[in-house]
Amino acid sequence: MPALPGGFELPASLRLTRVGSVDAVALEARAADLAGRSIKKESKLLALDLAIRCMDLTTLEGADTPGKVTALCTKAIRPDAQDASVPSCAAVCVYPNLVPTAVARLRGSGVKVASVATAFPSGQSPTAIKVREVEEVVAMGADEVDMVIDRGAFLSGRYGKVYDEIVAVKEVCGAAHLKVILETAELGGYDAIRRASLLAMAAGADFIKTSTGKAAASATLPIQLCMLEAIRDVHDATGRRVGMKAAGGIRTAKQAVQYLVQVHETLGLAWLTPDLYRLGASSLLNDVLMQLHTQRTGRYQSLDYFTND
Amino acid sequence: MTDIVPAPAAWEYAPAPESRAVVTIAPAYGLYIGGEWVEPAAGERFATISPASEEQLAEIAQGGEEDVDRAVRAARAAFPGWAALPGAERAKYLFRIARLLQERAREFAVLESLDGGKPIKESRDVDVPLAAAHFFYYAGWADKLEYAFPGRPQPRPLGVAGQIIPWNFPLLMLAWKVAPALATGNTVVLKPAESTPLTALLFCDVLRQAGLPAGVVNVVTGDGRTGAALVAHPGVDKIAFTGSTEVGKSIQRAVAGSGKRLTLELGGKGANIVFDDAALDQAVEGIVTGITFNQGHVCCAGSRLLVQESVAEQLIAKLRRRMEKLRVGDPLDKNTDIGAINSAEQLARIEELVQSGRDEGATIWQPACRLPEKGFWYPPTVFTEVAQSHRIAQEEIFGPVLSVLTFRTPDEAVEKANNTPYGLSAGVWTEKGSRILWMAQRLRAGVVWANTYNRFDPTSPFGGYKESGYGREGGRHGLAAYLSLEEAGVGGGEA
Amino acid sequence: MTDRLPVMKTYKLFIGGAFPRSESGRVVEVEGANVALASRKDVRDAVKAARGAFPGWAKATAYNRGQVLYRLAELMEARAGDLAATCSGPDEVARAVDRVVWYAGWTDKLAQVVGGANPVAGPYFDFTVPEPTGVVGIVAPAEPALLGLISRLAPALAGGNVVVALASQLHPLAAVELAECIATADVPAGVVNILTGDPAETAPWLASHMDVNAIDISGAVAAPGGDPAFATALERAAADNVKRVVRGPADGQRLADVEQLLELKTVWHPIGV
Repeated sequence: MPALPGGFELPASLRLTRVGSVDAVALEARAADLAGRSIKKESKLLALDLAIRCMDLTTLEGADTPGKVTALCTKAIRPDAQDASVPSCAAVCVYPNLVPTAVARLRGSGVKVASVATAFPSGQSPTAIKVREVEEVVAMGADEVDMVIDRGAFLSGRYGKVYDEIVAVKEVCGAAHLKVILETAELGGYDAIRRASLLAMAAGADFIKTSTGKAAASATLPIQLCMLEAIRDVHDATGRRVGMKAAGGIRTAKQAVQYLVQVHETLGLAWLTPDLYRLGASSLLNDVLMQLHTQRTGRYQSLDYFTND
Repeated sequence: MTDIVPAPAAWEYAPAPESRAVVTIAPAYGLYIGGEWVEPAAGERFATISPASEEQLAEIAQGGEEDVDRAVRAARAAFPGWAALPGAERAKYLFRIARLLQERAREFAVLESLDGGKPIKESRDVDVPLAAAHFFYYAGWADKLEYAFPGRPQPRPLGVAGQIIPWNFPLLMLAWKVAPALATGNTVVLKPAESTPLTALLFCDVLRQAGLPAGVVNVVTGDGRTGAALVAHPGVDKIAFTGSTEVGKSIQRAVAGSGKRLTLELGGKGANIVFDDAALDQAVEGIVTGITFNQGHVCCAGSRLLVQESVAEQLIAKLRRRMEKLRVGDPLDKNTDIGAINSAEQLARIEELVQSGRDEGATIWQPACRLPEKGFWYPPTVFTEVAQSHRIAQEEIFGPVLSVLTFRTPDEAVEKANNTPYGLSAGVWTEKGSRILWMAQRLRAGVVWANTYNRFDPTSPFGGYKESGYGREGGRHGLAAYLSLEEAGVGGGEA
Repeated sequence: MTDRLPVMKTYKLFIGGAFPRSESGRVVEVEGANVALASRKDVRDAVKAARGAFPGWAKATAYNRGQVLYRLAELMEARAGDLAATCSGPDEVARAVDRVVWYAGWTDKLAQVVGGANPVAGPYFDFTVPEPTGVVGIVAPAEPALLGLISRLAPALAGGNVVVALASQLHPLAAVELAECIATADVPAGVVNILTGDPAETAPWLASHMDVNAIDISGAVAAPGGDPAFATALERAAADNVKRVVRGPADGQRLADVEQLLELKTVWHPIGV
């Protein structure tokens, strides 16, 4: 029954944070300011170690095979053949067909298996099929599901469809954690990224994630900052901590440190754990390892000494 | 996840100091007059110190009346030649200076931070590049002055410009003053601030490298007495002053009846006005920039936050959290957000006004932050429950101290914002375009930043309304202060 | 034709659109008439009226201000005979009328000629617009009686300022006659206030008034047998609230006279999506 006979319900007070808006220039200026932090010595070692522990080592190619995925899983468990003190990565992220291979290799290692799903990367399939796909990957043992939102629905204003689909996927995830990929490059600006972030969190996302890595552009520092601010507002309003995953385009240790500094200074130390922060990357790890060695040995390094998997 | 991986207990950033090796500071400096270093006539000197460590950096000459006279005579002697130089040639000197500043940018940045206490990231990313940009901008005007003012085809320089600059942006204010004066064919006697003379003295070496003719720019260091002597000197045709309103008024009195041209860039109590529809996180950035940029030692600082009551609680919570992240400390550390307070005297003034805020019943908040033991420091400070009548809402504090007031309607915001003798700057934060323009029209201030704050550019005229002074610096308008402009019309010759 | 005794005119002050006598009740005989001798309290009242009129006049569209000034020229032309009787004659009136027309045409050109867009090095739209300084005190030149006042008054009004003018002590009738034109020319009440009497008595109060934003001391500077120390004293008093001190020719027609009573406001806004 509507509160006012003949009327309709107005959200007099928003249950969540206000959607609000984002000023692009100021957001980018803040991101650039934080990117200018000079992280040296022990503080850099901490960051590099953290970057590895928060890394979702990723392969998402049509040519992926069990052999390729097995090798990647091995690297994720022990990233540095020369140094056992280097921690394992957080997860290995693969296509659904490769989940059994990854599960088999990673069992007992503490490294999670993440699977993309829901008609990745476009999301342009019927909801029922997406839900079914998620059921499959969870049944195969995936610990984490990286779903994509339906950008077609979002951009045409059918926010309800986007929301309902995330809810449906979340329901079948069970114990698996749900990362919701916004594919920020396709949304058309920071206001939309903020709106999509809030929508995904409202629908139950455990993480929100920038990109598939398959679009024209991927994560950027201002985009992550925009999403972190949404996460912070949700935490303020509900007490819930939603995780952040930046993915795509992060190839150097320097970039990784910049992303971590931004998380540190926006959300605080509490988010600096693989439980709440991930870096999705395919070629970042070796650069981080090289930097670790440089820091420890005082010598510049060569890629010849780091394995390509 | 099933297993919780603990976050690190702390992530302290290791010190990342910019190297001091790039600068060489002499034990003592003379005065730069007629292209030479000369001893002050009375032989008097004072120390300039680093406000971050209180270490003495150098002994600075106290210019007396005799020295000022000597400098004015040097400038007067250089004037005919400099004014007669084709504009294109003057331009090339200015371009040279701009380039030399860029080449020696690191040196200037480190020296500025050492002597004045501002964070290296600001001197490196703002002060020095903007100073170079000012010279570059006005260089281009030097041979185009007849295009600048329609109906006034034959602009002429005034003669000798006496320029007195403040301690908050020593090199940048030098550039704001010297660049347009030289571009228009005037010669200069510059008096840097007592507590921050080093970059102006280093600038003299740039002039040497640029081959600027002797006497075109003269630098006479000293305290207020030196400035007063410059203002009083009959051989000066124009006075340009940036500093406090109190001193500005005394200068205006002093030049009364002398026929000297005068421009004043004085104090402010800028209102930063946040509406409930603003992009809040970015507004917070603007508020923080507005009050902590250069430790709040900024005449156009957004020292009054006017926030719409419906969003005040949320905004202030965000503001406090953001301020907790500010890193106060060594100005030379690349991660420092807030450096040292410029002088013991300024620190005492900030402390006195903050105490008045407490006494008058406003609520004070400061983040927990460790301040270094030596040197002059003040943590970022936010006063809430501030009334319009409190001293902290009326007087310029010139430190990182923000006074928060609330408003209910746009009319009330305008009324409160304008309710001050000052009129230098204002900020407006709202997503609604028509409201921005409505506000911008009504705010009695020389600069209105909408959805941004504390932006500066050589092309953009800057200056105040009311007791914030008169005249503009920057842009085409900045030329007018240094030119005699005759009009073709009736009575035009008398300008 | 029977002899008829003409009705004599009382020459009064012009404050807030009305024609009061001086609150002091004083008059002085000048040019064959009893002219009100304004006091410091009349200065106070005139500044108050001007301040009240400022927002409306400043906010009026430039087009509207131009029309009002042109209307003033029309009424001066219509009363050319009366005006001529108070000044040096028809030629001065003609020039005064033409001068008002010249300034009437400036109102809606100023923003483009004086302001502009600033190409800043960053993602911001940045522009500068002129705005009126506020309440302007004018010490009118002693001569020419009408043209001198018009030359100082019209540029102030064209820029959107409001004025308290101290009329020529020697030739006050032209100022009162002009006030009567202004009163009927759709100039909003309080935008122009004209005080007759002795500027040596009233000008210091105007110069030190904290609610006056600028003072035009042309009349003090150029006063016949004028005392330079008087102008300097006014200038010094003006510093109390950083008043703009301006001056210009008694017979001048210059953009500079408009410009020196304008403030420049620079507005920044980010450009982004």
